[in-house]
Amino acid sequence: MTFRMNRRSLMAGAAATAFTARSMAQAQQPINVKIGVLNDRSGLYADLTGEGSVIAARMAVEDFRAAANGINVQIVSADHQNKPDVGANIARQWYDNDAVDVITDVPTSSVGLAINQITREKNRIHLNSGSATSDLTGAQCSPNTIHWTYDTYMLSQGTGGAMVKAGGDTWFFLTADYAFGHALERDTTAVVQRAGGRVLGGVRTPFPGTDFSSFLLQAQASRAKVIGLANAGGDTVNSIKQAAEFGITAGGQKLAGLLVFVVDVHALGLQTAQGLVLTETFYWDLNDNTRAWSRRFGAQRNGFMPTMVQAGVYSSTLHYLKAVAATKSKDPAQVMAWMKANGTDDPLFGQGTIRQDGRKIHPAYLFEVKKPSESKGPWDYYKLIATIPGEEAFRPLNAGGCSLVRA
Amino acid sequence: MAEISIAAAPASPSEAADHSALHRTLFIVLAALLVVLPFIPVIGYPFFLMKVLCFALFACAFNLMLGYGGLLSFGHAAYFGFASYVSAYTAKHWGLTPEASILLGTASGAILGLAFGSLAIRRQGIYFAMITLALAQMVYFFSLQTPRFTGGEDGIQAVPRNAILGVLPLSNDTVTYYLVAAIFMAGILLIYRVIHSPFGQVLKAIRDNEARAISLGYRVNQYKLAVFVLSASLAGLAGATKAVAVQLASLTDVHWSMSGEVVLMTLVGGMGTVFGPIVGAAVIISMQNFLAGLGAWVTIVQGVIFVVCVLVFREGIVGVIGKWLKKPL
Amino acid sequence: MFELLGIPPQALFGQLLLGLINGSFYAILSLGLAVIFGLLNIINFTHGAQYMMGAFIAWMLLNWVGIGYWPALLLAPIVAGVTGVIIERTLLKRLYHLDHLYGLLLTFGLALIIQGLFRNQFGSSGLPYQIPAELRGGQNLGFMFLPNYRAWVVVASLVVCLATWFVIEKTRLGAYLRAATENPTLTQAFGINVPLLITLTYGFGVGLAAFAGVLAAPIYSVNPNMGADLIIVVFAVVVIGGMGSIMGAIVTGFGLGLIEGLTKVFYPEASATVIFIIMAIVLLVKPAGLFGRAA
Repeated sequence: MTFRMNRRSLMAGAAATAFTARSMAQAQQPINVKIGVLNDRSGLYADLTGEGSVIAARMAVEDFRAAANGINVQIVSADHQNKPDVGANIARQWYDNDAVDVITDVPTSSVGLAINQITREKNRIHLNSGSATSDLTGAQCSPNTIHWTYDTYMLSQGTGGAMVKAGGDTWFFLTADYAFGHALERDTTAVVQRAGGRVLGGVRTPFPGTDFSSFLLQAQASRAKVIGLANAGGDTVNSIKQAAEFGITAGGQKLAGLLVFVVDVHALGLQTAQGLVLTETFYWDLNDNTRAWSRRFGAQRNGFMPTMVQAGVYSSTLHYLKAVAATKSKDPAQVMAWMKANGTDDPLFGQGTIRQDGRKIHPAYLFEVKKPSESKGPWDYYKLIATIPGEEAFRPLNAGGCSLVRA
Repeated sequence: MAEISIAAAPASPSEAADHSALHRTLFIVLAALLVVLPFIPVIGYPFFLMKVLCFALFACAFNLMLGYGGLLSFGHAAYFGFASYVSAYTAKHWGLTPEASILLGTASGAILGLAFGSLAIRRQGIYFAMITLALAQMVYFFSLQTPRFTGGEDGIQAVPRNAILGVLPLSNDTVTYYLVAAIFMAGILLIYRVIHSPFGQVLKAIRDNEARAISLGYRVNQYKLAVFVLSASLAGLAGATKAVAVQLASLTDVHWSMSGEVVLMTLVGGMGTVFGPIVGAAVIISMQNFLAGLGAWVTIVQGVIFVVCVLVFREGIVGVIGKWLKKPL
Repeated sequence: MFELLGIPPQALFGQLLLGLINGSFYAILSLGLAVIFGLLNIINFTHGAQYMMGAFIAWMLLNWVGIGYWPALLLAPIVAGVTGVIIERTLLKRLYHLDHLYGLLLTFGLALIIQGLFRNQFGSSGLPYQIPAELRGGQNLGFMFLPNYRAWVVVASLVVCLATWFVIEKTRLGAYLRAATENPTLTQAFGINVPLLITLTYGFGVGLAAFAGVLAAPIYSVNPNMGADLIIVVFAVVVIGGMGSIMGAIVTGFGLGLIEGLTKVFYPEASATVIFIIMAIVLLVKPAGLFGRAA
């Protein structure tokens, strides 16, 4: 008997063992992951998040070929009705009873903050795409949360800064009288003043409101070059409609929608919304990649194009699945560490990074809504005015007051 | 108030003793049920149970005024929600222990009840209801305008559960549940005692025929104010406890739709019965929980329940059972 | 020129005019409520949902049947009025012998159902409805730019309100109505079909709400929640004006619109609350309302 092993048989043996071990591991240990898409399915934000976010999450699971990578993904969804108590209730039940590992989306900042805190308490993962408040990576930052798509700082940087640069150096604010509106007004005021502009005045509008005519009249009387709309959803749509009705935009003042989504423009129609300046981090028609993906999305969504929030759900789910596959575990600490250590890469946002404080960094785009004559087809709404690189668009790492940031 | 369907009072002392024996048994059964509830599968989720108990207490407090006092308040959310804010705020920002913050919350409900009650009592019927609605709306807008106190749209989140009396930690949901259950039992026993006392008898007399009660020499307004304050305080107790249990106080608690919901719970369970509101609260909260996935359908179902109850089911669940047993429940 | 408390008079007049426009909606809606309460003794909580239905029917007429704004002004109230008649005949009729409370609760439940159904079907973000071509643009009044459509709203509501008041207070039909309110049994004994009168009155009240909805469709977004918070304010208006008083509802509606407009200038955060404060004060001082007769 000879124990002569030549290299070939050694290699073959090693390969065979490795292959068997790997397939045994896969066969034995598929990782079961449950992702909860929590958003508004029946209210103000149903169109910009809602079912579309669930579709986006599913597309991420398909594109990642999760099953082939040894991960079984189950997606559940629920409606938080924009109320923190309802959202908190659902989150607790999901974490305590339904073994949900990740909660994603969550528009409405008050709910986002509640989910942020509960996720930290129960040690799971929160990938927030829908909330606006920059507190999620500031005073309320958490090792379990990543704030993905946008925040109030970026919105004010983009729209505020750009409009001042374009000559809009006097501002008048219409502010929805609640925390989000105040934050947006505060951040934008800072940007405007830093850029050398002046804020001539502002008015706090009861939230939610339907009639903004008297506030718009005050804005008109101030003769500010820019009327900043520090509100969202129905308030923004109503303010814009009524501004058109009262001839304010025709009179030369520009409207700055500080938080506007493509579905809002769709609801307003180009006739009313033309000339509106806004900042988003995703637009379906930006490049070939976004176009291809959006077409697939639209096919499942009655032709509706995706908003940046829905795109963020896709992007964050994809990155999460990559992390689980790479670390072969669901342990939040490991997965979060991987996600922050490795850059993101997807067809929607391109390449980006995630910072220590949980802030995802990617470029922001300043858009202007086209005139009806400039639009060549359905959903052709925006023209690109400027691109703001990620480092400029988002608040500097040390300025947020996040306890996770080591100075 | 004409034609409100409420089970009739007992006719004789022996019947009364009979009923109180029945009630005593029911209370013991209820207490036993509360003890074992967390261990029953599916529904034994302490977080959900705590919510049900807080709302059950709220509904019982409301029923005290409506079913026994004959006063429909369309603004009861004010006492519930405001106490919830006070309790949450003191627990979070002043670091008070739960019994202290709950006590403060209850006191705030009582003070608000005294203030609003003395204004509203001067009018009757629909005007009374409208005044309570107007006053509650002012509490809502006050809550909206004082974010430093109430947190505005965010509400007061992450309310801590400090240790009871500084020594007994509320380490998990189950322990907190037992605290809530104890408060709940105390609350409804108090309500029961009030209803079956001379004060309660006069109240029922005022409800059934106010003019007669006045002619008999009773200071009707004082009685009405007393029941108003009592009801508001207990609603405050429910709200304050809820803040500690759910660890959240938000605008939903002071919104007028919350006032509507407590009316629904009382109506479904049975106005003017002792146990009715408890059943009503359990039904409505469970329905909201389990139908939550259906979004707008919850509102529709609640509306249908309202309509059906008003048309054919005015006695409510417990009222119907009571009629069938021929004993007041 | 002189300034009133720091506000230039142009801005003030502009705000007052806007307040008048808002007041028109309050007036029509509270008129409908007052008519229904006056005759049926029912507090119609569904009024907000019926206002919303009016706006939606106008939208549906335009988008599904191609019928524009002007016919919709007549058709939507009729359609809504018919649904009101059905509600009255099948549901409300059974509650007349009971306490007011049950009518309030029933209509509250109906409001939840209607709003929920519409929200399910149409979502909450609102549907667009264009201002009719004839009324686009506006007049430059010097102190403000008044859109033609808003001027039309004031005119239309004034006409409808005064016409209703005239019919109820000055015509034979109105006399029957008022008699039926005072003493239905006796009126019926005189041969007047009181139940029919009641049903038609409810339908008319609902029609008024729907008419306001059609007026609102082009300027406020057509969404299922548009009536929900408005109804509470309208209640306050009706209570201040006097629950059964027609003129009271009209005058208070316009008046409160003006007061709200003023508040928006001096202290906008309180503009949503001021109506309730006034209501509480009025109820304490004169519980039957400014124009009401004591119950």
